[in-house]
Amino acid sequence: MPFITSATATKEAYDVIVVGSGAGGGQSAYTLTMDGARVLMLEAGRKYDPVSETPMFQTPDLAPLRGKGTSDKPFGFYDATIDGGWQVPGEPYTQSRTDDAGRFDWWRARMLGGRTNHWGRISLRNGPYDFKPYSRDGLGFDWPISYEDMAPYYDKVEMLVGVYGANNGLENTPDSPPGCLLPPPKPRVSDLLVEQRAGKLGIPVIPGHRAVLTQQLDWKTSPAKLHPGNETAQKIIADDMQRRAACFWATPCGRGCSIRANYQSTTVHLPPALATGKLDILTDAMVYEVTLGKDGRATGVGFVDKTTGKHQHVTARVVVLAASACETVRILLNSKSAQFPHGLANSSGKVGKYIMDTVGSSLDGQVPLLEDMPPHNEDAAGGLQMYVPWWLYQHAGELGFARGYHIEFGGGKSMPGLGTAEGLEWVTGGSYGKKFKQDARRYYGSFVGFDGRGEMIPNEHSYCEIDPKVKDKWGIPVLRFHWKWSDHETRQAAHMQKTFAGIIEAMGGRVNGKAETDGAKAIAPGGSIIHEVGGAMMGADPKKSVTDRWCQTWDVKNLFVTDGAPFASNADKNPTLTIMANAWRVADRILERMRQKEL
Amino acid sequence: MDRRTTIKWMLAAATSVSSLRGVALAKTVLASPSDLRASAAKGYGTDPNLLNSYKPGELWPLTFTAKQRRTATALSDLIIPADDTSPSASAVGVIDFLDEWISAPYEPNHKDRKVVLDGFRWIDRESAKRFSAPFAALEEARQKAICDDICYVPEAKPRFAKAAQFFARYRDLTAGGFYTTPQGRKDLQYVGNMPLERYDGPPIEALKKAGLA
Repeated sequence: MPFITSATATKEAYDVIVVGSGAGGGQSAYTLTMDGARVLMLEAGRKYDPVSETPMFQTPDLAPLRGKGTSDKPFGFYDATIDGGWQVPGEPYTQSRTDDAGRFDWWRARMLGGRTNHWGRISLRNGPYDFKPYSRDGLGFDWPISYEDMAPYYDKVEMLVGVYGANNGLENTPDSPPGCLLPPPKPRVSDLLVEQRAGKLGIPVIPGHRAVLTQQLDWKTSPAKLHPGNETAQKIIADDMQRRAACFWATPCGRGCSIRANYQSTTVHLPPALATGKLDILTDAMVYEVTLGKDGRATGVGFVDKTTGKHQHVTARVVVLAASACETVRILLNSKSAQFPHGLANSSGKVGKYIMDTVGSSLDGQVPLLEDMPPHNEDAAGGLQMYVPWWLYQHAGELGFARGYHIEFGGGKSMPGLGTAEGLEWVTGGSYGKKFKQDARRYYGSFVGFDGRGEMIPNEHSYCEIDPKVKDKWGIPVLRFHWKWSDHETRQAAHMQKTFAGIIEAMGGRVNGKAETDGAKAIAPGGSIIHEVGGAMMGADPKKSVTDRWCQTWDVKNLFVTDGAPFASNADKNPTLTIMANAWRVADRILERMRQKEL
Repeated sequence: MDRRTTIKWMLAAATSVSSLRGVALAKTVLASPSDLRASAAKGYGTDPNLLNSYKPGELWPLTFTAKQRRTATALSDLIIPADDTSPSASAVGVIDFLDEWISAPYEPNHKDRKVVLDGFRWIDRESAKRFSAPFAALEEARQKAICDDICYVPEAKPRFAKAAQFFARYRDLTAGGFYTTPQGRKDLQYVGNMPLERYDGPPIEALKKAGLA
């Protein structure tokens, strides 16, 4: 009985409790159960089944408000997110400042699989530099591990979830060994035009890496590489890989995928983990504390059963927090005891510190060469197909900001939405009537949008703590956020704008509006890119970090963190793939320690 | 499962989706209030059924009076008239969408509600002033005489500045409502949302057009 009630959970004996069911929790539960550990997963949101719940072919005219986002569904009616957004009813958080420069907005998704159900599926490896940023420029912190420590786990995760991409041999943009990546989809016209014109500016354009199956996974070869010597696990994953269909080049990935052609924790991690018979999942379980025994070890977790409102307690030998970086921080800070009056595993005082998001800035343009294209299907793989990796590593000292960014871009004729013919005045000169209809045909698909995604350096002013007054509807104290960008981030955002305008002009296009030269205005507010990491940083020094290199808390030996919270830096590369690789690495360590009876 | 089986299965699913069109939900259809107060109704919540199809008026009460509907129809059809390629905006349900939009219980919709209803009042007053009849009753040349003054914000005279902002927003909403219908998608020659066995990338003619082949 994999989906259980709290009445059952409180009676069972578990090896490991995993709090959270997203990228970190899903990977933790997968690795642990495939190796025989008995795991209880707790999820604050409801049970969710992408196979039966995904609106695959629904068109905007079938949705309220033509599918446009609202405060109930911020990314659109058909977005996979359930009970989520930058605000969750009844579950507030507070901000020390609410202006754009000082605010941090916190995205949550209260559902099985969490944010992995709707994410962009962009899956880039951190490079060797990204683990040792302090050693390179004296800013921020080094990770206590190197690329070589993580590389075998990147390999495994790519083989397991299915990531398309190519090896281009570029600086700090790692190649994958043979057998890891799936072939990238064919580029769209707009991709190729960006490649040609940006190329003339010395800006490289290469296939993106996304967790979408462009072909079926290699179920004959990969299982033995994923689970050497474990025939049961090999059989389970070989079977499950065959149940996942390859992409059929339609429907946006952000809705989720009923044929399981893209990565969601609910399409990739949880089905095989459940097939082991070792995983119990309890949904609607809002965890608020890790409980501590007299021996200084975690005994389990306390949670509110949202279906009854009752407080419950479950126990296990090991507790893994993967509730998402800030929710994990909240649980730790709310776990107060005589031994840890300032929150569990917080003898360093660093829990909640050094929250990082990604630097984001956007610009779009209209390109006459893309007008009046012969009609053809451009849905392709449902998202980013090519991108620009950071290309100026050799010029870091000359730019006025220390770290790099990559560029995501997209164009072409996607499914017409409410915004497709919106705001065309700047190209049409205000046409209406038959002329407007002609203009709409002419300009549809001729726009290309650019989004910069850059590294933020951790700072002392970006952190969260427990608000002394405010509680959520369950009575759990909430987080209060503090936020500040440094010049390294704002200057980077201004550089993005200049670069985007340069590419648009090199394509013979016109910039929509103008490139913003003031980085403080160009940068998206904290939290808006939804890449927040940090808050329980791993390190080599117990006085300066929350966990060791194994994401084991320094203070509590059987307590681990496998979401984004242990990140010591937030490279421009989107964090999800690294969360998964790290969670696998940590789970291997937990298994080894359990075998040695140290846990 | 192989790709061919998947596609067969999904095509069947896609057909059943379109057959859902027009099927009313079990919920009561709410009456339309004629006053201008913003609706106090609730939204669809954070966990709506995504597989249902929804019709304007089903989730919250609508607003337009018969008079407002006439103004909306005249204006939307002036912006998107029928031509050789596709029907007019009102012929494909855009007026119902606009009513749904301005009646919705969300903050941006509350703002648009004021813009649109104030705009309707302005345009009828302007019509009465210039031609002694409501906008909807004017012949097309007279309707255009008014719209030509407000159709482009950067060039609108100061006394038309607010009306021009209304027109820009109303055109956006009308166009959005139109191009999200099956007829609108066909007009733009959107050919996706269709499962494929393979994706071959753009045809050679498209690459040539962009100077890439």
